[in-house]
Amino acid sequence: MRVIVPLHAGALMRAVPALLLCWVAAGGVRAESLVVSLSFNRLAVTSTYTGTSVAVFGAIERDGQVAGRSGGYDVVVTIRGPRQALTVREKEAPGPVWVNRAQQKFAEVPSFLTVLSSRPLADIADPATRRRLRLGLQAIVAAPDLTLTVPSPDDPFREALLRLRRRDRLFTESEAGVRFLSPSVFRATAPLPATAPVGAYDVEVALLAGGVPLARHEGRFDLVKSGVEQGLATLARDWSLAYGLAVGVVALISGWLASVIFRRD
Amino acid sequence: MQIYLPIAEMPVSVLLLIGLGAAVGFISGLFGIGGGFLMTPILIVMGIPPAVAVATQTAPIVASSTTSVLAALRRNALDLRLGLVLVLGGFVGTSLGVWFFAAMRRAGQLDLVITVAYVTLFTIVGGLMLAESVRSFWARRRGKARPARLGGDHAAYLAWPLRMRFPRSRLYASVIPILGLALFVGFAGAVLGIGGGFILVPALLYLMRVPTGVVVGTSQFQILCTSFVALVLHAVQNQAVDIVLAVILIVGGVFGAQFGARAGRNLRSDYFRFLLAILVLAVGLRFAVELALRPAEPFSIMVQEAR
Repeated sequence: MRVIVPLHAGALMRAVPALLLCWVAAGGVRAESLVVSLSFNRLAVTSTYTGTSVAVFGAIERDGQVAGRSGGYDVVVTIRGPRQALTVREKEAPGPVWVNRAQQKFAEVPSFLTVLSSRPLADIADPATRRRLRLGLQAIVAAPDLTLTVPSPDDPFREALLRLRRRDRLFTESEAGVRFLSPSVFRATAPLPATAPVGAYDVEVALLAGGVPLARHEGRFDLVKSGVEQGLATLARDWSLAYGLAVGVVALISGWLASVIFRRD
Repeated sequence: MQIYLPIAEMPVSVLLLIGLGAAVGFISGLFGIGGGFLMTPILIVMGIPPAVAVATQTAPIVASSTTSVLAALRRNALDLRLGLVLVLGGFVGTSLGVWFFAAMRRAGQLDLVITVAYVTLFTIVGGLMLAESVRSFWARRRGKARPARLGGDHAAYLAWPLRMRFPRSRLYASVIPILGLALFVGFAGAVLGIGGGFILVPALLYLMRVPTGVVVGTSQFQILCTSFVALVLHAVQNQAVDIVLAVILIVGGVFGAQFGARAGRNLRSDYFRFLLAILVLAVGLRFAVELALRPAEPFSIMVQEAR
């Protein structure tokens, strides 16, 4: 079982250097590697939950043979929420009324997506690399694995998906979201709005230098309902008849109570 | 004050929801209609998933109609006999409606069908009611108030076979048109995700010639029974009933319905019909505008399933 209580950010800042030492001692095979830690691995969603933010701490470790990169490092952090299957529809007016006509299905779209980078993505890598590594909202939405159809450069459905999700603040991009605390230690903080669904979130950290990908790290955290919320959700799923009848009885009793309270005659 | 909804999986402002629930409850109590056709779209606009909004909305309808039914019982303003016949037809109609709803969703274009149904139903019902109430205003202006109940104007369909006596409504009518009406209301209610009171009230008033004083109590009785069944069905089939949201809406709704019912008692009968006509027509026109105007955002996203 992992730590349930989210660690205090300050405590984690102190913990990172210690962690680093362990990994350095173990030794890496590649020239550069990443050590990443999240501010929590599991967060309980309670009745007062109004969103949170997750902090990603990371350190870049080099083995002895590699000299420091002249241009410095670039880091891109991508957080993906639970996947959904969805349909994007377009309204058209073949006659006097507007109706949904064309549509495109998307098989696996993250319900929440945020991309944090240390610099503007255009400066970090060229478009081909961004597409290949899926860096940035544009590259993720344009990826061919989102649907069965082959993406075209001006796909209105993918654009609409991106536009609508950005409008609802479920897809966000911040080109100053990753901050270097030292040349090899960085920190990124991603706000999670309350509308971001519960479930498993993937955290992908990509390290680049001069447009060349050097290392990648994948982590995850979970947003889980807890306490009363969890109990009610379980009840609604596993004991749906009793749950439905209970809600009905609550409604009947409240209606009766109101008529008793307000009775004037 | 924000609270997290366990089934809708989002936080909402409690005070805002209680206020909205009270406003809709007031209208519901005033006119003896469920109020679902006003509250469900509001919940969806607030970002609550449509399935959860439609399913959970049945709970405050059950609560407020319970209050109205109890109040009507005390005033002897409820025709239980007529109500039971309506409930019988309503159950059949609701089951058919749920089945039709699922079939249309499989075929796609469900939202178009719903919008077109809203527009036609609301404009026709609202327009008829408005015309009738304007006519009765006019008659009063000219000094000869129309009799509340015309002796010989019973429609022919009330004389069909299987006639039954409804003493409380001073009605001796065939149960076939009554069952048919209840079936249609139950069907439309299930397809549109509403209680159906706004169709039932004018239909009982104009088509069945049930006295105004009995109409509200009787239609609330029918709404209470069908909404309770719909609530349990939604909980079992879709698991989309959010008990926290339901309680918040109930708290606002029962208070609002109380004051609405008080206000409704002091309302003159023709004025009552006029206001209800305006309300129904306004909702119908709102959907017509949505259908006819170029949408600001032609694209929309529908989530099929989370995995």
